[in-house]
Amino acid sequence: MANLTINGKTFTLDVEPDTPLLWAIRENAGLTGTKYGCGIAQCGACTVHMDGVATRSCGVSVAEAEGKKITTIEGLASGSTLHKVQQAWIAKDVPQCGYCQSGMIMAVAALLSEKPKPTDADIDEAITNICRCGTFKQVREAIHTIASA
Amino acid sequence: MNKHVSPKMNRRAFVIGTAAVGTGLAIGLDLPFGGPAVVRAAAASPEVNAWVVIRPDDTVVIRIARSEMGQGSLTGLAQLVAEELECDWSKVTTEYPTPGQSVARKRVWGDFSTGGSRGIRSSQDYVRKGGATARVMLIQAAADEWRVPASECTVAKGVITHTASGKTTTYGKVAEAAAKLTPPAEVKLKDPKDWTIAGKGLLRLDTADKTTGTMVYGIDIKLPGMLNAAIKDCPVFGGKVKSFDEAKITGMKGVKKIVKVGDSAVAVVADTWWHAKTALEALPIVWDEGDNAKVSSETIAKWLAEGLDDTQPAYVGNKNGDVKAAIAGAAKKVEAVYNYPYQNHATMEPMNATALYTADKCEVWCGTQNGEAAFAAVLEASGLPAEKCDVHKVMLGGGFGRRGMTDYVRQAVAIAKQMPGTPIKLLWSREEDMTHGRYHPITQCKMTGAFDADNNLIALHYRLSGQSILFSVRPDALQNGMDPAAFQGVAQSGEAALGYSVPNLLVEHSMRNPHVPPGFWRGVNVNHNAIYMECFMDELAHAAGQDPLEFRRKLMGKNPKHLAVLNAVAEKIGWTTPAPQGVYRGIAQVMGYGSYVAGAAEISVTDGSKIKVLRIVASTDPGYVVNPAQVERQIAGSFVYGLSALFYGGCTVKDGRIEQTNFDTFNSMRINEMPKVESVMVPSGGFWGGVGEPTIGVAAPAVLNAYFAATGKRIRSVPLRDQNISFA
Repeated sequence: MANLTINGKTFTLDVEPDTPLLWAIRENAGLTGTKYGCGIAQCGACTVHMDGVATRSCGVSVAEAEGKKITTIEGLASGSTLHKVQQAWIAKDVPQCGYCQSGMIMAVAALLSEKPKPTDADIDEAITNICRCGTFKQVREAIHTIASA
Repeated sequence: MNKHVSPKMNRRAFVIGTAAVGTGLAIGLDLPFGGPAVVRAAAASPEVNAWVVIRPDDTVVIRIARSEMGQGSLTGLAQLVAEELECDWSKVTTEYPTPGQSVARKRVWGDFSTGGSRGIRSSQDYVRKGGATARVMLIQAAADEWRVPASECTVAKGVITHTASGKTTTYGKVAEAAAKLTPPAEVKLKDPKDWTIAGKGLLRLDTADKTTGTMVYGIDIKLPGMLNAAIKDCPVFGGKVKSFDEAKITGMKGVKKIVKVGDSAVAVVADTWWHAKTALEALPIVWDEGDNAKVSSETIAKWLAEGLDDTQPAYVGNKNGDVKAAIAGAAKKVEAVYNYPYQNHATMEPMNATALYTADKCEVWCGTQNGEAAFAAVLEASGLPAEKCDVHKVMLGGGFGRRGMTDYVRQAVAIAKQMPGTPIKLLWSREEDMTHGRYHPITQCKMTGAFDADNNLIALHYRLSGQSILFSVRPDALQNGMDPAAFQGVAQSGEAALGYSVPNLLVEHSMRNPHVPPGFWRGVNVNHNAIYMECFMDELAHAAGQDPLEFRRKLMGKNPKHLAVLNAVAEKIGWTTPAPQGVYRGIAQVMGYGSYVAGAAEISVTDGSKIKVLRIVASTDPGYVVNPAQVERQIAGSFVYGLSALFYGGCTVKDGRIEQTNFDTFNSMRINEMPKVESVMVPSGGFWGGVGEPTIGVAAPAVLNAYFAATGKRIRSVPLRDQNISFA
C-alpha cells in the first residue's frame, strides 16, 4: 500500500513500493493522461511534476514519490481554466498525434515556472522529450508566444 | 444509453445510440470513445447520408472512415465535406463509423486504409460528393416545406433562405425530412478556387483533448472487468516457443493466466500491466529459434552486395536505350554504392489492442491505420463471422505505417479467446515494439553514370539489391514476381516517376528478402531511392564540373512539374547567391505519392563530424492543398522522422534478432536538433497528391549533399552514427 498525493488528492493505492510511479498513476490511480513511451526515462512521454519539478515518472518508484506533491496533466488546469501552456497548445495547434504532448506540456510548464521568458538555448536544454510526429517547430513557437504574452 | 452502432441497420434508420444488443455492446457503456473530439451522433438524429448527420441543434456530424494518427486527415476530410455541404464550420464534429457497420452496409464508407498518403487524395471525390449530396437534399427538404422550387433557395453556413419570401430555416430543422428524400443522381462539385472552408489553414478538430490528457488512445481503454496482458514473441523472427515454465511465475502478484499465443509467443495476463510485464520477465521461456538465428547484419549485407552484380537476376523497373553499350563507350564514368538500413517505426505509443471475446461476439478496440484490415484480422483470429465482430477505432499514438499491420490485433484476440468473457488489453513493452517491428526494408544500390566528351550524362544504371515490402506484406500486388513499389521515385511513369530524362537508362531490382519482416515506413521506398538517386546526381554533377542545380535542370526539361518545385526551393533558399560564411547547401527532388517535392538544406559542420542542420526549405506540388497549416506540419514532421533515421536510426541484426531495444539505442531527434523549416506550396491543380510522406524523401539527400559541399566527403551509408557523424 502506498499513499500518493496526485493533483491535490490523496490516493491510497495497492501497489508494491518498487512499482514505477508511471504505472501507479495510470493503472492504480486511473489517470491515463500520463503516457508510457519507453520505461527508461528517455522519451519524456511520462513527464509529471514532483514538487514542481518535471520528472519522468517511469524512472521514479512509488516509494520515492510518497510524500511528494505530484501533478499530472489532468491536474495542470485550475478548475475549468486551462493552464497557459494548454491554451497556447490549442491556439497554436501544436499536437499532431498528441501522444507525447502530455509529457511535453508538463515539461514546458515546469520550464516556464522556472524561467518565464526562456531563450531558445533554455528551451533546447530543458525540453528533451521525443516527438516522433515532429511538432518541435510549433512547440518552440508556442513557448515563445506564452513568454511574450 | 449505449454508444455503439448496431451493425444491422438499414441506411435510413442508421441511428446512433440504439439499445444494446448482445453482451459485447452492453460492455461499451463506459467507453469515452475517443473523447468529445470524436462525438457520437445524438440519439434519433438521422443521417442525411452516410457522411453527414445533422442534429436538431444544427451540429453537423461528419463521418470519417480514414484514421487520424496526427497527420490531420480527420480535419482535412471534414473540411472537404463541410465545403460542399455549406454548413457552419464551427458546428462541425466528427465520428468514426466502424468497419463492421461499413461491411454491413456494403462498404458505404469505402476504403478505411490510411497509408500511402492516401487519406485525402483517395477519398476526396466521394466525400465531397457526400457533402454536396446532403446539401441538395437539405435544401430540397426546406423547399418542399415552403412549397417553392429548390432553385429559388440558397444556403450559407447551414442557414437556408428562400430569397423571394425571405423565409429562412436551418439544416437542423430540415434534416429529418431531408433524410427521407431520394438522393440526387448527380451533383456538381465546387471549383477548388471557390473554396472557403477547404484550402484554409483551419485549426484541427481534435486538439483540445490532446492537451488535457483526456484523448483516448488504445493504451487508455478501460472496460469493466478488464485484465492486462504483456507479451513476448520469439526474438528471432520465424522462431517458435519450445516450452515455458509456468510454475515459476504462478502465484506472482496479480497474475491470472499464462497463455501461449500462436506458436511463437507467450503472454501473461494479470490485474495490471505492470504485474503482467514483471511476471513475464521472470518467466523462463525456451525458444526454437530455427535457422534464422544464424542471420546477422553482416550476412544480410553480403547477400545484398551479391545482388549488385549484373550477372544476378533482377527485375527491370525503368528502361530506355542501351545502358551497357553507352557506358562501355563513354568518355567518363562514375560509380558508387550506397546502402540504407532497417528502421523501426517507433511510434510513441507502443502497439496495443483490447479484445473481448464471447461465444457469439468478438470486439476489438485499438488504434489502427486500416480498420477493415483489423476487422478481417478479428474475423480470422476469432473464427467468428463478420456480423459477430467489430473494431472500434481510437486515436493512434503515431502510425507511420506500423499500424497498418494487424499482428497486435491478432495477438489480442488470440489471448482473449482463451479467456472468454474477459476483456483483455494487450500492450507491448517498448522493447517488444522495437524488436518486433515491420521494418523499413534494407537495400543497397550500385549506380553507374556515364558522360560523353562534352560532359553530357548519356547513361545511368541504377541497380537496387534488397528487400521487397510487397513480397512479404502483399504478394498479390507483385507483377510476375516484380515489386513495382520498389521503384518509387525512380519509376518510368505514374505517381512516383523519375524526374530525369537520360538517353540510356536502366533501373532494376535484384530482390533479396531476408527473414526480418519489412513494412511500410513513412515514405517507404522513396526514402532510400531518393537518397541513392539524389546523392548520386550530386556526385555526377561534381564529376561533370557543374552546379548540382543546373546539372539537374538540364535533365528535367520533359518533367516541368518536377522542375517547378526544384526551382521553387532554389529560389527560396537563394541558391544562386553565396551561402553565409561557414554555411553549406545541398539540394534534392523526388516525386512520390502523386506529389512533386524538392528540398534544399543549409548546414554547418564542426570538426568534420558535427552537423548543425540550420534550415531546410521544402517545396511541394500536391495538386491541391486542403489545409496549408497541416501540410506545413506534415513537411516539418516528415523531416524530423527522416533526419532521425538518417542520424540516429538503423536497426541491426545479430543472431537473427534486432539489436536495438529502446530509445537509448534507437534514438530520435530532439527540439535542439530541429532545423528551421520553410515550406513553399505550389499546388498546380488538376491532380491530387499526398502530403504525409513525399517530403521525407528530400531531407536526407539534401543534408548529405550539403555535407559533401562542406567537407568534400561523400556519405553513402545510413545511419550517420555508424560513421561517427552526429548532430552538433
